[in-house]
Order: sequence, then C-alpha cells, then structure tokens
Amino acid sequence: MTKTLAKSLGLVAVVAIAGSLTLAPASFAAGGEQPHIEHQRWPFSGIFGQYDSAQLQRGFRVYKEVCSACHGLKRVAFRSLSEPGGPQFSEDSVKALAAEWPNQITDGPNDEGEMFDRAPRPSDPILGPYKNDKAARAAQNGALPPDLSLITRARNTHNDAWFPVHFYLMAKDVFTGYQEGGANYLYALLTGYHEPPEGFTVNEGMNYNAAFPGHQIAMPNVLDGGPVDYSDGQEGYNGPASSLEQNAKDVSAFLSWAADPTLNTRKQIGWQVMLYLLITTILLYAGKRRIWAKFH
Amino acid sequence: MSSHESNYQPTTRFGKWLDERLPVNRLVYDQLVAFPTPRNLNYLWTFGGILALCLVVQLITGIVLAMHYQPSGEEAFNSLDHIRRNVNYGWLIQPMHAVGASMFFLAAYIHLFRGLYYGSYKAPREILWILGVFIILAMMATAFMGYSLPWGQMSFWAVTVITNLFSSLDSIIPGMGTAIVEWLWGGYSVSGTTLNRFFSLHYLLPFVIAGLVILHIWALHVVGQNNPAGLDIKSDSDWVPMYPYAVSKDVVGMFAFLLIFAWFMFFLPDYLGHADNFVEADPLVTPPHIVPEWYFLPFYAILRAIPSKLGGVIAMFSSILVLVFIPWLDTARVRSAKYRPIFKWFFWLFVITCIALGYLGALPAEEPYVTYARLFTAYYFAFFLIIMPIVGIIETPKKLPGSITEDVLGPGGGKGASAGAAAAPEKR
Ligand code: HEC
Ligand code: HEM
Repeated sequence: MTKTLAKSLGLVAVVAIAGSLTLAPASFAAGGEQPHIEHQRWPFSGIFGQYDSAQLQRGFRVYKEVCSACHGLKRVAFRSLSEPGGPQFSEDSVKALAAEWPNQITDGPNDEGEMFDRAPRPSDPILGPYKNDKAARAAQNGALPPDLSLITRARNTHNDAWFPVHFYLMAKDVFTGYQEGGANYLYALLTGYHEPPEGFTVNEGMNYNAAFPGHQIAMPNVLDGGPVDYSDGQEGYNGPASSLEQNAKDVSAFLSWAADPTLNTRKQIGWQVMLYLLITTILLYAGKRRIWAKFH
Repeated sequence: MSSHESNYQPTTRFGKWLDERLPVNRLVYDQLVAFPTPRNLNYLWTFGGILALCLVVQLITGIVLAMHYQPSGEEAFNSLDHIRRNVNYGWLIQPMHAVGASMFFLAAYIHLFRGLYYGSYKAPREILWILGVFIILAMMATAFMGYSLPWGQMSFWAVTVITNLFSSLDSIIPGMGTAIVEWLWGGYSVSGTTLNRFFSLHYLLPFVIAGLVILHIWALHVVGQNNPAGLDIKSDSDWVPMYPYAVSKDVVGMFAFLLIFAWFMFFLPDYLGHADNFVEADPLVTPPHIVPEWYFLPFYAILRAIPSKLGGVIAMFSSILVLVFIPWLDTARVRSAKYRPIFKWFFWLFVITCIALGYLGALPAEEPYVTYARLFTAYYFAFFLIIMPIVGIIETPKKLPGSITEDVLGPGGGKGASAGAAAAPEKR
C-alpha cells in the first residue's frame, strides 16, 4: 500500500516538474526586453586569464585620446600605469604623462589661504575634465558621463535563457571561472551604435544603441571608424590595426584592468593556493582512510 | 553522552594542579578527544566543523577590514575601493570576507538540510535544533547589515526596501510602523546615520552568533550526535572517539570545502555579488531591479508572493520561524528519511521548491513568475504544516538496522572483536 502510494507520489512529482519545464519557455521568452550580449574571449578571462600589457597600453591610448575628453578615472593613480600586472609603461613616461595631463589637481590651501590648481604627479588620480557632476551635466546637455574607474565591475550582462539553459550557462561560467560580463557589456555598448529599427524614434541629442538599456544614449558613437591609430608615433609597431572593434576591445580591456588591477596576482596566487589545498586534501583523505581502515 | 565517564588523566604535575582548580584540559579532552561519535557518520556531518571554520574566517577578516573601513555615507564606498587597491593584501582580505559570507550560508544550508533529512531535530535534539534556527536568524541579520556597508546602490536600496517592510505595521496600528522605521533609520530616510549604526551592529552580532554556537555545541554534547541511520548509540562497538576518527574526517571535509571557497575567491570574486554595488549609493536613482544576495532569494520570493505587504512580511518571517516547531510537527516514529519511503519524496520536492523560490526571487515580480512563486510558497508551508504531521502517521517505515554497527557492517556485524576493540578508546 505505502509502496504504491510512494510510487504515485513520485509520479506526481515527476509530472509536476516536467510540466513546469515545458510550460516555462513561452513565458520566459516573453520577459526578454534586455538586449542579448555575447560572451567574448578576453586574454584575462577564465581561470588562467592574465592581462596582456600590450593590449592595456593600446587601451590606455584609446582612453586618453577619446574617452578622457568626457570621462574621468579618479580611483586610478598615474603611477599604477607602470606597476606590474598593468599596462607597465615606464616610470619616466608615466611621470611625463602626469605632468602633461590636461586636467589639473586642485590643491591647497597655500600660505595665502587660497586653493590652487597644479599639474598632477604620478601619485595623483587620473581626473576627467569636469570638476563635479553639475559641471559635467552642464557641458553634456544634462547627461552625466560616469567616472570609468569601476565601470566594468559596475555593469553586467543578463542571462535571460530558459531556466535549464540558464543553470547550464551559470555552471559553465563557474567551472571556467568566467566573470567578464562587464567587459562584454562595454564592448557591446561601444560597438552597438546602429541605425534605429523602423518605428523607433530617437530623441533630440540622443543616439540609438543596441546594448544600452532603453536603447537611447546621450554618448555619441565616439569610436566610429577606429580613431586611434596605434602605429602613429610608435616605431616598429606590429600590433593589430586600428578599427572600431579593435579600439573598443582594447579600451574595454584597459578599463577592466582599471577596475580590477590585482587580477594577475590574484589568479597566480590562486593557483598556488588551489594546488596546496588539493594536495593537502588528498593527503588528509589518505590519512583518514588509514585511520578508519580497521572499521571497514 | 556527557554522562560518559571522564577518563582524563593529567600527565604532568602542572596538569594535575590545574585540573584541580580549572579543569580546562579535562573539558577539551572529554569533549573534543574522547567524545563518542557514531561510527556511521557520512561527510554531511563535517559541515558543523566547516561552519565553525567559516565563523572564524569571517571574524578575522572582518576585524582586519574594520581597521581600514570608514562607516560614513561619504567615505564608505571609497574606503572599500581603497582597501582593494592600496591596503596590503586588501585585494585578498576583502573578497575573502564577501565570498566568505556566501560560503557560510552555503555550508549552513547544507547543514540544515542534513538535519532535516536525517531527522536530527527530533527528540532529544529539539533544543539543539532550535538553537540552530536562532543561529541562522542571527546570521541573516548580520549578513543583511554587512551588505549595507559597501554603500553601493544595491546596499542602499536593499536597506531601504527591507527596513520599509516594517511600515506595513501601520495597517495594524496607524503610525506604529512609520515610527519603527524612522527609529531604525535614525532619521526620515536611509542615510549615513543608518550606515553607522548598522556597522556597529554588524560588528556586534557575530559575537552573539559565537555565543549561540557554544550553546549549540554544548547541547550537542549533552544529547550526542544523530547519524544516517537515526539510531541511538547502544553498545561500545557503535561509536568511535572523536579523536582521531571524526577529526580525521572533519579535516578532509574542511579542506575540500576550502577548495570551493578558494575557487570563488580567486577566480570569481564578483560572481556571487551584484554589479550595481560597484556604483556608489545614490538616493535619487532607483536601480531597475532590486534583488538581495542569493542566499536571501527564496525568502524574497515568499515575501513578494503574498499580495498584501503585511501578509508578505509575516510569511517571510514565518518561513524561518516554522522551523522552531518541526520537532513537534513531525509525527514519524523513525528519525532518518532513509527509512521513510514516502517522506523522502516530499523532502526532495521541498529541496526543489527552495531552489525554485530562489530562482523566482531573482526575477521581476510579474506574471507568470508570481503565480509560480505562490504555488511554491504554498508547498513550502504545506511541507511543514501538513505533510510532516500526516505522512508521519500514515507511512510505514522500512526496517531499520538493528544497531549502528549493523548499519556499517550489515546484519550480524559488529560481533567481531577487532571492531569492538578499536572502538574502545581506553584500549587504543
Ligand atoms: C563626448 C563625450 C564622451 C566621450 C568622448 C565618451 N563618452 Fe562615454 N558617455 C558620455 C555621456 C554623456 C554618457 C552618459 C550617457 C547617458 O546617460 O545617456 C556616457 C556614458 C558612458 C558609459 C555608461 C553607459 C551605461 O551603461 O550607463 C560608458 C561605459 C562610457 N560612456 C564609456 C565610454 C568610453 C569607453 C569612451 C571612450 C571610448 C567614452 N565613453 C567616450 C560622453 C562621452
Ligand atoms: C554558525 C553556524 C553553526 C555552527 C558553527 C554549527 C556547529 C555545529 C557542529 C560543530 C555540530 C556537530 C557536527 C555536525 O553534526 O555537523 C552541529 C550539529 C548540529 N547542528 Fe549546527 N551549527 C551551526 C548552525 C546550525 C543551523 C543553522 C542549524 C539548523 C537550523 C543547525 C542544526 C544542527 C543540528 C540539528 C545538529 C545535530 C546534527 C546531528 O547530530 O545529526 N546548526 N552544529
């Protein structure tokens, strides 16, 4: 009696689960207004990923020549551009870079009690053109270009897949150590300027962007045509040629480093720790087997 | 099992002198060396020790973070960024604490479901179980306040949404809810003042948890451990001394758990968190989706499944408090679900329900998710309030092994001299 009851209950459970599995796709598909954003392979993605300093150097050039006209990088100090695990510019070039940076540091008060502006030193932050958010909005038609120091960690992509697929994709990211959603979004944003689809009206002063939530962004298509010529001013340059995609990729990598500058060390030490833990676990397990041997 | 006679022998003169005055060595020996543990425990029984380790990790990393953290509305966000970028090993300590909180909950949920499956809440372990429920409540309060400290967008809005829940008490006594909310906030809105007091409480509560854990382990050592067969220790061949047997297994469990911990900490430090918390708190900008950390999602789904605000709050708190009563709601004669052919099914359906509620808690509160959430919420409560009392009565349990020894060695086992001799600690 209990056996049949158990069996029929099991059947009910299986049917219920199967039912919810088959019912779900239609409803989940309906909820997807978030744009779909592709996973990219980055030199720094995954459990073995490390930054490519040449790419970070190119990315910094894109930031300097394009983005810095509107965006600051206030949590990143100039000197970190020469530190290991980053773009690794030479210390002298960073010193020169800081001294020539157009956006001054407000310091003081001096002996007269006045605040004054001075050129940045390597220990100072990389500031954007605006002294505060109000000034930024005033210059940008009311839109605020956010500081980019943490931007890749402050954005992510959505996983809108039907739930078994969702769990599968989650598991895949966990097992491969992939958490580069922010860089993927940034790349999609910078390459997402298209003609709006028919019937979509773009407001005055706004631009259509496929990746931006709501698809209307105040930032123009600043990388159109790949404006940063990498070979320019560099003797014997043999890296990738400039293009919209390449500029977008490089600056996304650079900003990933800016948001997470210790990634290289973290993963290197991570492997040492993992190896130590794994060996210790195996040894402890062998010890446990010996201790328990007389009980089996 | 504390009734088990102490056979601690001080070996040095100082040891003897101390034993007559403050027998700490005897306490450690009796409770952590000679303490009898059932010989059939599986690896799920290592999670208690793993949780103790998690608590220590959170305390140490938390105290170090507090040396560099600034609990003010202006500086909190900057100080965490400063810790990650500039403080020596800050890039390691900060994710260790943040990921550690997730790992702590992961271990606590496994530990709790272990108790649920093997009937560890049943007599004589009711107080032990109830202390566990208080611990998980204290952990939730601690984690909630800890989550406010980075003062990112999600911190700020989670505090706003959750503290605002108390305003639903206005529908009982007008003005009471609002008064409580303003008292919690220390003002008319969530501000740096709120952050400051949450920091104070976040530092205090882990020590309350530590106190509860001491009571929890005390209660465990009075009644003894349950085991997969759900049987009591009857003869000397049923148990082994904690050291080296249980300890050698506990350390394997701990290191295996640390592997998972390290994986997330070194390779996926942001994966379990929310990107919006890397945007500084802004009272003027509401994020499109406000979601709690993963370990609160099932409760968040229950909260939103109930159409009335007050009802939702009551359901959410009840979903944990109901655990206090299950020692008496469960009418089964045997403890372990291994021998409960019907209950077993309902148990696994309950596990699926909790995962489904967690999934739904992360989705927007719109159709059809709300309907699903309601169905699963109904099952969540039905499991405790209807299924536990009824199934215990109608179900015929499978035949239990004659003893813990038989559970390991099969019928007629345990008569062999070798196992018996090895089990007796005094003959080691
Ligand atoms: C002409 C000024 C200008 C330049 C140059 C510029 N931006 Fe922007 N950016 C803006 C403005 C304005 C916004 C705010 C957009 C809005 O809120 O609609 C913005 C927003 C952003 C955002 C935030 C999008 C979001 O999800 O909220 C990112 C990321 C960004 N910019 C990256 C860049 C990068 C990378 C570059 C260099 C390749 C760059 N920007 C160059 C003006 C600029
Ligand atoms: C800080 C959190 C906690 C710590 C450090 C802790 C510690 C422990 C330890 C060391 C044991 C003995 C080893 C074991 O059986 O795993 C134990 C047993 C137990 N715990 Fe916890 N615990 C915690 C939270 C909880 C929670 C949240 C619950 C449930 C609501 C709970 C319920 C139990 C029960 C029922 C037992 C007895 C299990 C048995 O013998 O079968 N504990 N705990």
